[in-house]
Amino acid sequence: MGRYILRRFAQFIPVFFGVTLLLFFITTVLPGDPVALKAGEKQLPPAVYAALRHSYGLDKPWYIQYVNYLGALSPVHYTPKAGLQFTGPDLGESISTGRPVTQMFSETYPYTAELAFTAIGLEIIFGIGIGIIAAVKQYTIWDTLATLGSSILVALPVFWLGLMLQYLFGILMKEWTGGSFYLPISGSGGPGSPFDPWVYLVLPGITLASVSTAYAARIMRSQLLEVAGQDYVRTARAKGLRERSVLWGHEMKNALIPVVTFIGLDLGAMLSGAILTETVFNWPGVGLMIYQAIGRRDYPVVVGGVTLVLVVVLVVNLLVDISYAFLDPRIRLGANAEG
Amino acid sequence: MTDDQKATEVSDRAIIEELVPVHPHGPAGDEDERRKESRGARTLYGDAWYRLSRNKLALGALAWLMLLILATLTADLWVPQNFGAPNHIDSSTIMATRLQGPSMTHPLGTDDLGRDMFARVIYGARISLTVGALAVLVSVLIGLLLGALSGFYAGWLDAVIMRIADVFLAFPYILFAILLLSVLPESSRTGIAPVVLTIGVLGWPSIARVFRSSILSVKENDYVDAGRALGASDGRLIVRHILPNAVAPILVYATMSIGGAILTEAALSFLGLGIIPDPVSAPNAVSWGRMISDGQSYLTSNPGIVLWPGLAILTTVLAFTLLGDGVRDALDVKLKD
Repeated sequence: MGRYILRRFAQFIPVFFGVTLLLFFITTVLPGDPVALKAGEKQLPPAVYAALRHSYGLDKPWYIQYVNYLGALSPVHYTPKAGLQFTGPDLGESISTGRPVTQMFSETYPYTAELAFTAIGLEIIFGIGIGIIAAVKQYTIWDTLATLGSSILVALPVFWLGLMLQYLFGILMKEWTGGSFYLPISGSGGPGSPFDPWVYLVLPGITLASVSTAYAARIMRSQLLEVAGQDYVRTARAKGLRERSVLWGHEMKNALIPVVTFIGLDLGAMLSGAILTETVFNWPGVGLMIYQAIGRRDYPVVVGGVTLVLVVVLVVNLLVDISYAFLDPRIRLGANAEG
Repeated sequence: MTDDQKATEVSDRAIIEELVPVHPHGPAGDEDERRKESRGARTLYGDAWYRLSRNKLALGALAWLMLLILATLTADLWVPQNFGAPNHIDSSTIMATRLQGPSMTHPLGTDDLGRDMFARVIYGARISLTVGALAVLVSVLIGLLLGALSGFYAGWLDAVIMRIADVFLAFPYILFAILLLSVLPESSRTGIAPVVLTIGVLGWPSIARVFRSSILSVKENDYVDAGRALGASDGRLIVRHILPNAVAPILVYATMSIGGAILTEAALSFLGLGIIPDPVSAPNAVSWGRMISDGQSYLTSNPGIVLWPGLAILTTVLAFTLLGDGVRDALDVKLKD
């Protein structure tokens, strides 16, 4: 198991450098000359221009700039005077509010995480549940409905689904019931709001979970059907086990592994993919922050926000990978060190 | 099967064989089985078409896409005459015709500027389909080049290219698209090119992987060695001998990817990073995604403004997926999920 974890860390290193290098090029090299951008229309005297370039470190070769960029990303900073200090990554300040991007991020991220975990919960319940029903009742109307439904969910624009849910449950239902029952379609509640806080999570949670649930159900179904054809399942039936025991005791154990893999990696995707859902439902997470920054052309917030989200995804995916070491007996017992 | 049916089938096949390229290197192996199954068709693509034509879902999807493409191509001939120009904004009639429900003159109602929704959806298809197809074309071109280098030459080049592909694949690429589009200077943002290139560039790794693995499985074949022995250059070996036999998975993957590219464009539009129409040549050409984004504020009073473009996206993306599934089954390609 130790070897497996070490190997995962070793694989993480090139991906980490690759991603940060890519981010570095997109955010600092591609936009052109930041000094000229800051100066705007004004023509700077050459001496001032050179001094500004020097103060930004732009006169250094690109690899030194890259190291500086990594330094800014690092949450821990070292100065000879103060020693090691945990100051958080330095990603500049918002143009419109002047506040550090890192601070804005840490205020909004808990909301994104709350939404992502809600969606993961829905995905686990409905994705696995629907997948099991479709597989157990293969070729019945339920199977067809599940397959068709998942194809449609995957082809939907997520934000459009959100808007339609808002219309159905927030607007139409309010009209039909004369205002006595409907779901909130905007924001996250707070003091004086008409609903409990969790009610605000319902529609955004469903929206964010939709596509992933469809995939999870598909994988669950196909895995169960694949496992059902294997010898050990036939043996279990042959020795007289009830169908229920065959399904839960034998088939599910193996069929679940790829589903758990998918859902685990999906957590990373959800922690980042919430941008559309949050925008539709005005949910005060990182996605909404990035969206509003796009509208205001608040460039440091867009770049800093996306960068931080990507770093979080990177770390979450690594943690998910490592947690297999504990979940998968083949790895835990070291029988398959290469796997 | 009656003689009548047989006759139509034979003539169908004759037409098909004229349309599809007959290529000389059909995969070896279950030739007999293949022949039996397709009752005499002799080419890989002839067989594939035969199998596709028996898949009702895929045929329905193909018919829908053909209809849509035909409608958009001919739109100038019949849409403005019957439903009003999609981009015509006349301040005196806006108040009279805005935000109407469905009617005989406006089957899908009108938008906040009094424009016919049906006309807008038809013209929106132009942008959405063009962006989807061109973006996938960009991905395929880059993916083919890098996949060929990776699979054919192997070694360190392969390792480097595949690690880069891993980096791209490690993330939901909407985030990279947001970064790319928001750092581009304002002056180079108009027109469809920036969005097409962004979606296309970010889509290459999957194509490269698929092509690489096809090349790996094809390049050991004797006929490739024979070509090499006859003095063919690497480029000729790849283009003339390997590509034709590695093209099926690319075809399947590309068909399915068009739907994904349309969804990505819609998402970017929704976030305010979509196509900025060229003020001179096409000031009002907007995609389906942009129509949804613009129509949001009328959701309460006029849900149709949001509903119709969304349904257009849904049916089109679904059609590309089903068609891709059908082509995959017809060509008997195995893709990892």
